[in-house]
Order: sequence, then structure tokens, then C-alpha cells
Amino acid sequence: MKEITLPVSDETIRALVVGEPVLLSGIMITGRDAAHKWMIDTFIRKTRAPQGDDEQVYAELKKLLNGALIYHCGPVVSGLDTKQYKFVAAGPTTSIREEPYQAEVMKHFNLKGVIGKGGMGPKTLKGCQETPAVYFHAIGGAASYIAQSVKKVLGVYKLEFGVPEAMWVIEVKNFPVVVTMDSHGNSQHKAINDNSQTVLNDLLAQPY
Amino acid sequence: MQPDLTEKILELIRRTATNLPADVEERLRASVEKEAPGSAARGALETVLKNIELARAESTPICQDTGTPIFYVHYPEGWITRKLKEQIRAALAEATQCSYMRPNAVDAVYDKNSGNNLGGEDFPSVHFDEVEGETLTIELMLKGGGCENVGAQYSLPDNRLGAGRDLAGVRKVVLDAVQRAQGQGCAPGILGVAIGGDRGSSYYGSKEVLFDKLGTRNADPKLAALEERLTSEANTLGIGPMGFGGSTTVIDTKIKGMHRLPASFFVSVSYMCWAYRRRKMTVNGETVAYD
Repeated sequence: MKEITLPVSDETIRALVVGEPVLLSGIMITGRDAAHKWMIDTFIRKTRAPQGDDEQVYAELKKLLNGALIYHCGPVVSGLDTKQYKFVAAGPTTSIREEPYQAEVMKHFNLKGVIGKGGMGPKTLKGCQETPAVYFHAIGGAASYIAQSVKKVLGVYKLEFGVPEAMWVIEVKNFPVVVTMDSHGNSQHKAINDNSQTVLNDLLAQPY
Repeated sequence: MQPDLTEKILELIRRTATNLPADVEERLRASVEKEAPGSAARGALETVLKNIELARAESTPICQDTGTPIFYVHYPEGWITRKLKEQIRAALAEATQCSYMRPNAVDAVYDKNSGNNLGGEDFPSVHFDEVEGETLTIELMLKGGGCENVGAQYSLPDNRLGAGRDLAGVRKVVLDAVQRAQGQGCAPGILGVAIGGDRGSSYYGSKEVLFDKLGTRNADPKLAALEERLTSEANTLGIGPMGFGGSTTVIDTKIKGMHRLPASFFVSVSYMCWAYRRRKMTVNGETVAYD
């Protein structure tokens, strides 16, 4: 199985194709609905003025995300009282909710991809081609299993978004994923969706 | 004097979040053999099974989305439901502290996570039903957001699908819901379907049937046949585990027939992910038992 260590080069990303299983290691950051909206509103489309520690967090994210990945995940974390954080359960969340934002976030931070579940749409697929980047699919619900590949929680930003929505900086080792959208315009999700639509049309035409 | 069940309910929550019911695990195990060796679908199911074993052994959540906690309390005459509700809420806050549950209650207006899984009166969802006899039963289902988001409600007739106000129409809209869900509800899924009701009761009905064991067929042979047919037809869509393609898209379908207004014909589909977490506890005098 192919092993990738973060940060990753454009060349490595371009060599990945749909269907390929990969083991990921290195530093990545979790980010989902609140984080994407915050990045877009405050720093990309700039419809909202930076507040509090926004500027400082942004400067750090610029460094951390360059050549790295965002993981669509809202973990269960222990040690909240003592700040000795540990990921207890950490499977992927549904990625399609970030479809309005993802391509812009990828380009802005030079992200080399995202990890999530359920796949994403045409805007993100185009973003994957242009950046370049890929979509890695993790196994939805396999939260205890995936948490074992999270070796260390290095820090957290925006904890005020709540534990699931905060941006957790984590170090992972051999995190198992499958490439389901590549940087060449291929999406396994589109192919399966189209095929299932054809089957559905046949089923709908059958008498009861 | 009514006993304080807080610690017993905490144990119910722990079991529900970390230990998948045997009937679900058996079906998932059987599904592995249906997927091609070396396929992403088979790999997904194998990972799912490893995760189930690990969560049970370590007492950690099966899925990090510990979902909406839905309690159904069947209580004998004389129990004070107000106290039971307080104990359920206390147990849930404690379960969150123990990391069995993720803090999941977010104020939708102010975007603030309460941090302890307690919202207003609506979170957690608690339903009370007085029953005959001496046994108190508390059922709990944890339903994650990914699968909740792909649930659907149709108002028949549906012209887009050519679905009329009969079981033929019901079949069409349910298959459409599965196709639209793709892998996003964490397939393989379990379908809860309610036919009839108003918009609210219809959705509740579609969740209530999910408390039954897998393979439980509707007593009405017409609906039992439709349940089986929907499962097998959904599995021809080729969506497969996680939407990776494959032959296991839906594990089981359960239908509830309800009454409707003459003007309305709702069909509600609740999609349950493979992490089908539901457990119950019974209280008989001093004895507390878990399934």
C-alpha cells in the first residue's frame, strides 16, 4: 500500500488515482462546518472583520496547512479539563457540507487535499485539478479504529466553536484512506451516483 | 419511593455508544462475504468490524458522532416521569464527561455548543409511555447526523418520480431516497419507513420501527413483502458500503403503516447508518437488566 508523509509534494498528489488505498502519516488539522465558514468569511471572501485571536490563528494555519491536509472530523476528545488532550473516537464526518467552501480553502492555503466521507461535488473536483489536491475517503463510523492512528494532539484552535467544530492539530501514523477523487478530474462518487441513477430509472419503470 | 436510576442509565448510555448490538454485527459480518476480495467495499466492512471489536474492548464510542440521544421510556403506573427525565439528563451529562458521548447539543440560533449534551426540553429526545405491569423499560437509540441528514419525507403524489398514493408509489420514493443518500449516510444502512401520519408523527414513526430487531417483519403480509422487496431492490443500486460500490447498500427495511388525513399522504424515510446503536434496560424492583 502506498504511504504518504505530510507535507506532501504536488508530484506525489498528481500520481494518485481514484481507487488507490493510502496510509497517511504526519501533521494535519481537523476542520468542518464552523471552521470552513470562519476561514472563508474572515480571510478569503473577507465579509467579516477579524476578531479576537483570528489574525494570530490565521498566521499559524497558513504555515500548518501549506502542503498538508484538512480532516473533516468532529472528534470525541478526553482530557478537556486538564488539557492533556487525547482523541478517543475520530471518524470522518460527511464532507459535502463543505462543498460551497472547499475549493477556495484548498487554493488559499495550498492544501493538498481533504479527508472525509461521502465524497464532494463538481466545485471541489475542479479545485482538486487546479490546486492540485485529492479527496481521501476514510471509513465512516470507524471512529475508535481511526483514533488509534492519531498518535498525538499537538494543539487546538477555536475551541470556542465547541469540541466537534474546533480545529485540532494532530499527528497521525498510518491513517488508512482511499483516494475517491483525484487531481485528474476523476470522481468515484460521480461514477457510482450516475450508475445507480440508471438502475433506479429501470426500477421505477417496473410495474408493482 | 422511586429509585434513583442515574448510574444505571449511565451504564445504558455506555453500552449503547460502545457496544453494537449482536444482530447488527452478525449482518455486517455476513455482508463481508458478499463483497469481492480486495475491493474497497470489502475493505470498508473489514475496518468496520475491527472498529466494532475495538470499541467494545476499550469502551470507546463506536462512532465519534454519538448522535441524537433518543430515549423511549415505558413506565408502569406510579412512576414519576419528571424524576426519570431528570435522571436521564444527569446520566447524559455524566456520560459526556466520561467521553462515552461527544458534546452534541448546539444552540441553532446562537451557534453555541452546551458542552454537556443538554439543550432545552428537546435535547435529548425523551418519550414517555405508560404501560401495564411492573416492569420499567428504557430504550435508547443514538442516531448520528450523517444518516439523519439523508432522511427524506415525500408528499404523494410525487410527479417527478411518478409516485402515486399507494404502495407502488411508496416503493418508488423509498428507492429514490436510497439513491439520493448514496454512501453519505454511512452505508450499509437500515431503512425505517412510515406511511401516513402528519409531517411530525410520520418522521417519529419512521424512527420508532428502528427499535425492533433486524429481520422483524411487519405483521401485515403486504407490508412485510414490501420490506423484503425494498431491501433487495436497494441492493441492486450498486452503491455499496461507504458508497464505494458493491452489493450491500441496505441491510434491512422496516415499515410502519399509520393513519393520515384525507388530503395528506406522507412517506417518511429514516436512514440509519451501519453504526446502528440501540439498547435497552429493564427495571423490576431491585433488579436492573440490560439486553
